[in-house]
Order: sequence, then structure tokens, then C-alpha cells
Amino acid sequence: MSRQGEATLSPLAALGRVSLGVVNEMGAMLIFLFHAFRLIFSSLGQFAKTVRQIYFIGVKSVIVIALIGLFTGMVMGMQLYFALSMFGADGFLGSGVALSMVRELAPVLTAIMVTGRAGSAMTAEIGVMRISEQIDALETMDINPMGYLVSPKLAASIVSMPLLTAFFNLIAIFGGWLTGVLLLGANAGVYWNRVQSSLDWDDVSGGFVKSLVFAVLVCTVCCFEGYFTHTRKGGVGPEGVSQSTTRAVVTSCVLILISDYVLTSLLW
Amino acid sequence: MKKYSKETWVGIFVLVGLACVAYMTVKLGNVQLFTDNYYTLKAKFTDVSGLKVNAPVQMFGVQMGFVEDIEINQEQDVAEVTLKIDKGVVLTDDAIVSVKTSGLIGDKFVKITPGGVGDQLKPGSTIFDTEPAIDLEDLISKYVFGKV
Repeated sequence: MSRQGEATLSPLAALGRVSLGVVNEMGAMLIFLFHAFRLIFSSLGQFAKTVRQIYFIGVKSVIVIALIGLFTGMVMGMQLYFALSMFGADGFLGSGVALSMVRELAPVLTAIMVTGRAGSAMTAEIGVMRISEQIDALETMDINPMGYLVSPKLAASIVSMPLLTAFFNLIAIFGGWLTGVLLLGANAGVYWNRVQSSLDWDDVSGGFVKSLVFAVLVCTVCCFEGYFTHTRKGGVGPEGVSQSTTRAVVTSCVLILISDYVLTSLLW
Repeated sequence: MKKYSKETWVGIFVLVGLACVAYMTVKLGNVQLFTDNYYTLKAKFTDVSGLKVNAPVQMFGVQMGFVEDIEINQEQDVAEVTLKIDKGVVLTDDAIVSVKTSGLIGDKFVKITPGGVGDQLKPGSTIFDTEPAIDLEDLISKYVFGKV
């Protein structure tokens, strides 16, 4: 092709480069996830590490999840009460709060909070280990760095996320009761009855499926970004780690919301 | 205060978390773990529009069962509804089953009006006396066009 032709095609080539890069990274992440999954059960010594990770990802997130859940439920109770009481349908407050929490808000907000609290820390931790060549040192000692660093985090995320989502749900429904019933005066019996009767097993199990998917997603993205921080083009060393951390959090959040839409349309 | 180890906290976290999951599944998710407390009855309707699986079955306004299944019976051109009725409730074959609405736009439920002199219904048997769901639009149009 002539020189001129190449110049005309260069925006197309740029687009192609970007697309190829995205597809490349997605494939790399999938392989990364596969390896991490495979190594979850590889050795018995992992168990203590996994417990420590559950402490970090799960136990330490409980307070923040409880706060977010309480206030999300409270604001939901208030807004829905105002909207529903216009039609004299404030009896449906319980249905509205329970369905929106269990199906959407609890899994999504929990995943985003875990990304912010634990995901960023995962990226930073693994990234620093990478730039200070500790991961190479692990390889030198014939310890598989994936199994040692990533798999326990993955296992801990899979255990913690549904439990945190369950906390979020119950606390948010309680929060809706606080504002809707105690503050604004909806009927308490109707509220609890609606909460119970409007939720089905499909809703509850769908919420948990979502939270499991998000757990795998957040952990994979965050660990991947940290693990390959040295291959970034933008910055090297500490700067690279900071960029990786930012990128991990942004990518996780975007992916959580996109996959939430896909999951919702698939599940219900 | 005694300082707990990380393992203990994780144990507490997992235990409480599982309790929440179990509560949500059984209480909120309406999963029927022990369905032996119920027996099955069938009823055939010409119209069950709006009735859903798991909708309550009521007698005198008290819930005493739920809708287990709704199917089409093409041989008889009816909708066949399978009901799960509390074992303590005895029904006779002259009972009337109807699909009702709670409130103006509320959910549909099944109402059973007990009979008095019939024979006792055995599990699996069919109630013949049924009233279909009331179509609100139908009623309004009848009123508007003066056929009432």
C-alpha cells in the first residue's frame, strides 16, 4: 500500500490497536483467573492464608457495609414513601425496598465498597511486591506466586462477598423500616408482610449469584492489575503501582455495573 | 476486654453471615423446606389471570396455604391450579374456590369458602365449585355500555 493510503487508514489502525489491546487484556485476565482458580485447592497451607484474607476482605468490611446498607435503606424508605403515598400505595413500601435491595443495590454496592476497601489494597500489595521483585524471589524459591498470592484472595472474596451482601440486605431492609415506618408512619405490619411476601427464592438466589460473580470479577481485575504492574507503559516503579491501583478500581467498578445489567437481563 | 484472634473473628463473621443467608433463604425467599405440613388439592378455573405461583390461599381472610402450580388443561379448556392446604384444615367437597383481588390493584389470591354438608376432601382430589378471576376492565365496560 502507498504511503498516502497508510496515512488515511491511521485512525482506523489506531482503533484496531485499541480494540486488540482490550481483547488481549480480557483474554489475559481470563487465563489469570483460570490459573488462580486451579491453584485454590493446590496446597493445605493455603487455608491459614485464606482465613487471614477473609479477615481482611470480609470482617474488616462489615462496619462500612453496615453503614452504607443502613443509609441506603433509609433513603430508599424515605423516597419510596414519598412517591408511593401520592397514590395511597404506601403499603407497597416493603416490596419496593426489599426488591430493589435484594435484586440490585445490595450486590452492586457491596461489590463497589469491597473494591474500594479491599480491591485497591490487593492491587497495591501485589504491585509493590512486583516492583520490589518479591514475586521474582518467590519464583526463585519455587513457590508459585499465583497460588501464594492470588488464589487465597480469590477464595476469600468468594466466601466473603455473599455474606457481606446478606448483611447489607438485612440492614438495608431494617433501614427502610426505620424511615418508612418509624419516621414517616407507614404501617409496620404491612411493611414486614410485604417484604416477606414479595421476595421469592428467585430474587434471593439471583442476588447471591450476582455477588459471587462480582467477587470473582473484583478479585481478578484487582490482582491482575497489581500482578502485571511492571508491564505498564505509562509509569514505572511506585508511579506505575499508583496508576495500576487507580485503573483496577475504575475497571472493577465499570465492569461491576456492566455485568450487573447483563446478569439482571439473564436472571429475570 | 479479651482480644480475639483473627481466626475467631473470621469464625464469627462466617457464622453470622451464614445465619443471614439462611434467614434470607427460608424467611424472605419463602423456600418451603418442610412441605409435609400441607396436602394437595386441585381446582379448575375458566380464568386465573393475575394469579401467581406462591400466592396465598385464604379462608375467612386467614392464610392456610399457597398456590403450588398453575397449568393449562387443554382437554377440558380450563386452567388447573394446584393448591397446598394446611393439614389442620379440613375441607368438604361443597367448598367454593374463587380467585380474588386484595384491594383495587392488589395481588390476586385464592379464597376458599367452606361448605358444610359435603364429604371430606381427600388429598389430591379436585374441588369442582370454582369462581374465575373478576376482570375489572370487563366490569367497567359493562357499566359504561349499560349492560348491568
